[in-house]
Order: sequence, then C-alpha cells, then structure tokens
Amino acid sequence: MSEAVLILGATSAIASATAAAFAARGAALYLASRDIGELARIAADLRIRYNVEVHHGLFDAEATESHEAFFQAVIEAMPNLSGVVLAFGYLGDQQAARDFNVGAKIIASNFTGAASILSHCANYFEPLKRGFIIGISSVAGDRGRQSNYVYGAAKGALSLYLQGLRNRLFASGVRVITVKPGFVDTAMTFGLPGLFLVASPQAVGERIVRTLEKSADVVYLPWFWRYIMLIIQHIPEPIFKRLKL
Amino acid sequence: MATLVKAISGWGRYPLQTCELERPERYADLLSDADSLIARGQGRSYGDAALNENRRVLLTERVNRLLEFDIEKGVLRAEAGATLAEILEVIVPKGWFLPVTPGTKFVSLGGCVAADVHGKNHHNDGSFGDHVIAIELILADGSRVACSASENAELFWATVGGMGLTGIIGEVKLKLIPIQSSHMMVQHHAAANLEQLFQLLQNPAMDDRYTVAWIDSLATGKNLGRGIAMCGHHAAVDELPAGFGNALATKPERSRTMPFDLPGWALNTLSIGAFNALFYRREGNKQQPFLTGYDPYFYPLDAIGHWNRLYGKRGFVQYQCVIPDGVAFDGIRALLQELSGSRRPSFLAVLKRFGAQGRGLLSFPMAGYTLALDLPIRDEGLFALLNKLDEIVLRHGGRVYLAKDARLSADSFRAMYPRYGEWLKIKNAVDPQNRFSSSLARRLQIGEGTL
Repeated sequence: MSEAVLILGATSAIASATAAAFAARGAALYLASRDIGELARIAADLRIRYNVEVHHGLFDAEATESHEAFFQAVIEAMPNLSGVVLAFGYLGDQQAARDFNVGAKIIASNFTGAASILSHCANYFEPLKRGFIIGISSVAGDRGRQSNYVYGAAKGALSLYLQGLRNRLFASGVRVITVKPGFVDTAMTFGLPGLFLVASPQAVGERIVRTLEKSADVVYLPWFWRYIMLIIQHIPEPIFKRLKL
Repeated sequence: MATLVKAISGWGRYPLQTCELERPERYADLLSDADSLIARGQGRSYGDAALNENRRVLLTERVNRLLEFDIEKGVLRAEAGATLAEILEVIVPKGWFLPVTPGTKFVSLGGCVAADVHGKNHHNDGSFGDHVIAIELILADGSRVACSASENAELFWATVGGMGLTGIIGEVKLKLIPIQSSHMMVQHHAAANLEQLFQLLQNPAMDDRYTVAWIDSLATGKNLGRGIAMCGHHAAVDELPAGFGNALATKPERSRTMPFDLPGWALNTLSIGAFNALFYRREGNKQQPFLTGYDPYFYPLDAIGHWNRLYGKRGFVQYQCVIPDGVAFDGIRALLQELSGSRRPSFLAVLKRFGAQGRGLLSFPMAGYTLALDLPIRDEGLFALLNKLDEIVLRHGGRVYLAKDARLSADSFRAMYPRYGEWLKIKNAVDPQNRFSSSLARRLQIGEGTL
C-alpha cells in the first residue's frame, strides 16, 4: 500500500501521534501547521524512527485565502496524496462567551478554516474517486454547555459539515470519518480538574488510523464516549439548562 | 502554562513530595516562568534529584524527538526527553549501540547527561559525558547555548553530572559505538570471597569490555563478599553460531509488571539468603561463554515493570558509593561487614571497577571500586546504618552517587565532592538567582549556603 497523508495541525499531541501511527505502516506524510520550527522536529523524528518520506509546510487555518495555494503545494510535493487528517483546533477560553473578538478566533480556526481547507481537499478527491478525509471534531460539539459553548458550537458545526461532506462524497467512494475524542492526555487538558478516563495520545492516534479498516462514519475515542455523550444528549433541556456543566 | 499539583517520588519511592508539574510539548516551551524549577525526564533517579517540593518540576517526557542520525558515522542528535529505549530501537538494527548505558533503558538522554551515568564499561570507556559531542543548554535567562568539550567547556563540564542545576538540557548529540550483532558474548566467574572477587576484577586476562560483579550481601565470615564476576562484550559476527540469521535483529522483550506492592516482610534475611545461595550456584556454574540478547544482559530488571514495588510501600534507598584505588578493598570490606552485621538484607549488591575520574565537576565516578546496595526502608534504623556507611566512605576518601541519594548531609557532600567550589563559580555565573534547584539541591545546600 502506498499511502500519502496530509496532517493539518500536525504539532498537537494527537496529531503527531496519528502521524506516527501512519508512518509506522509506511505512509508518506505532509505535516502542516503554523509552527515551522516544531514541524521540522517532528518531521525529522518520523523520518528517523520509521524511515518514511516526510514533508512539512506552513499552514494557517485562519488565513483562508492562502489555502488554495497551500493545497497545490501539497499536491506538488505528494502527487499520490491518498488522505487528509484535519487535526487543528483552538480551545480558547471562557472569555470567548463574553468577548466576541476571542470567540471569532475560535470560530475562524475550528470551523471557517476547516470548511475552507476541506473544500479544496474534497474537490481534489471527488473526481479521483478515491481518498479519505478524517476530521477531528470534539465531544464538546455534541451539546452546548456554558463552560465552552463557543468552541462547542464551532466543533458542532464542523461535525455537521463533515456529515454533509460524507453524504456528498459517498457516491465518489471518498471516505469521510468524523472523530470525536473525549479526554486525551494533552497540553489542552494537562492540570485540568475533573478529568476521568483520560486516554493517551498514542492510543488515540493508533485508533484514528485503524478507523480506515472499519466502516464506522462517526468514531468516539475511546469508544465509551459514545455512551457518555448519548446520555448527555438525552438529558431533557428543562433539566440540562439548570446544570453547571 | 497549566500546572498539575501532585505528590511524586523518584524510583526508590522515597521521599514522596508534592510538586507543581508542568509538561511542555514544544521545544520552544522548554522553559518555565517559575522562580524555582528542575527538569525531570523519566523520574528514574532514586531519591530527590528530580523533585522540587512545593515548587516547579518541568517534565521533559514529551520533548523527545530524534533529530539526526548519521548511520555512516554513528552520531545521534535528539531532544533530551528521548529515552535510551527509544534510541536503541532505532540504532541497533543499523549496527550501532549506546557508548555507555546504565542498568535501565527507561531513562532520558537529559538524565544521562545530568547524572553523568556510567555502565559496566566505565573502566574501559568512561562515563556518559565522555561520549557527548555537544548539548544545547537552556539557561535561566531563557537563552540557549551550545556546550561541548571545546565550546563553553566550563559550562559543559558543570552540566555533565550537574544534576540539572545549571539549566535545562534541551538537546544532546551523542557518539555511538559500532556493533556487529545485537547479542552479547558473556562469561561468568565465581569467587568464593571478597579477596578472590577483587583479584578477578583486577585481572586483565579475565576482563572484558563490560565487567560487573554480583555480591551475596548476606554471606559472612570467610564467605564475606563471595560473588560472581560477569564479563561480556558485543558478539562479533564470527562468534555467532552458523545459520544465526540477521545478526542485528532483535526480538521484542516480554515484559511483566509488578501489579502490587509486595508486603514489607516478604523480602527478609531468609528469603534473600535462599535466593542468593541459589543464584550463586546457578550463575556461578556458567563458566563457559554464552550468547544472550543485549536486553537481558544490560537491562535484566526492565523485564519487570515497576520492580520498585518489590520493596513495599515505604520504598527503598539505593546506596551507591565509590572507594578509590589503593584502599578500595579495605573500604568495601568494611562496608560489607557493617551491612552484614546489621542483618538488613540488601536484595541487590553490585560491585564494579571504575576507570579514571572524568571531567564532570560533580560527576560520581573516580578510579576505584563502586558498590551499590538496595535497602528497603523498614524503620528509621536504616538511616543510622547509612550514616555509618557514609563515615566509612569518607574515611576512605570515597563518595556517594547523587542520582541514587535521598539522605546524605550537606557536610558529607562537600567532603565527598572537592570540585564543588569550582562548580559553584560557574553555577553562580549562569544562574545567579539559583532558579534551577531541586529537593536534592536544597538538602545538600548545592547552589546556596557556604562552600
């Protein structure tokens, strides 16, 4: 199998673990994010450990006008591109709810930026009738909560976008998979109170790559988050609105 | 950056202290805004070297990328959080090995430099720092400096063995050694007492690149110091049996994990005595050379995850000291006599010969013999015994290994490390606010107090 995978937002712990899991099965990689220095380190590491071809380049989710040229550069570097993992995300903070300038950045990164780059990916794979798109959304997008509803709304919108894209690309044989991680042991969650059943980035990265062998369209990681979110989604709104979540 | 307040310990599980953990994931974030901090890799130092009670501990485990591997020249550059285990996985299949390795591969590169660790080949190859081509050190003011034996050499030799107190070791560039196979050719020699054991370790005809001796710490009287010298080298291709296959291949090691704390009474004079007698007979009989993998040879205890639980909940102290040549036999005999007289069983007792002292100002090794003992903490009486051992070590001009230590006094430290004054000058120049500190540093008044 000659796989070539673009990882968007490749410097996060989940993304670099996913990149390593792809490299472990021989995939060539294109790592993209805003932090070029960090990308060069991750790229060197994957080359040495897995003896695979690794490219890296600058990608800014919020600079949507640059996305077309960026994607062209990826195709030039890896003409056999077989899939894309969208792994970038911006959590922001509680202030987002009060200050729209902060909220706008969360929406611009998690949703607008994602929709922009995914449109280029989809338009590329659709006529080729092959390829996959794995979008990393969040359980936060399954129900709005006062603690992070701007982030949740942006991720919820991304989940809906991926759902529509899956519907559109099904006829072309392009897989679209929505991944919703629960608590993962990353910089985003380190030191946060109230965490439970925290998964390692390595375990999540390996599971993300393994979704390609399965038929699921929406994957919760670890699996039990599907049931946690099922319960949370089914709490009646008159009760839910009173909860401190 | 977010912090996590948590009680942690070193590998000996003593002492247990509450620290503020911070865990950067990017190389650029490998510094903290805290006033007092210490870097911590895999937490495999035994005592309080990687603790900083009620203060910041910077976990380097996520900053572990391999950056350069020159397969022709055998040079590896990596971030300091990378473990020896990760490195071996990459280099062994390409015909390279670590120039020096401690008894576990689950240690970070940065830790190996900070403790200037040694291996079974110290008498031939020196300590870890001797093979480091260069490091990148992150200083208290945030600047990053390249250090090596030729560039910023003073700072380099203050950092090699400097227990993380000069700055954060960010990257390490290491010279590897070539190997023809992933296997070791090993030979055991039994010695009926300490005198015979010393003769074995001194005998060049008996010596090999790697030589270490196991001692039956419970043997007394005329058997005092009986043990087995274990000698080995990386097997050459022509030493492998015909039809061996790929000489550099490795098979994944089966590992088991100690699932619970062994009750404190389980390891006692009787059970350890029985084990030692059996071990002495079985291993002592391996007089013919035999082949074994590098994992069981260098890292026998790594096959049991969390083996530190063997010593029970209260933890243990590993007491490792070195006694200089000339008085080594007398000193080691006095230590063993004190130990066997105390009837405190040491499950592990290891003796090895050291080569010349290196250039690291606070490095542990010096020409002589080093003895390591694992002593479970049952009661306060252990600390009285260890103080007596300190006196014996001091009387013979030796020193205690800081990476294993949890209880030495500031005065003993000063007497054992005569180059401390030289080190302190460099420390004060690069870290005048003493930002890089640890529980060990405060206990031994390193970086503070008087000379």
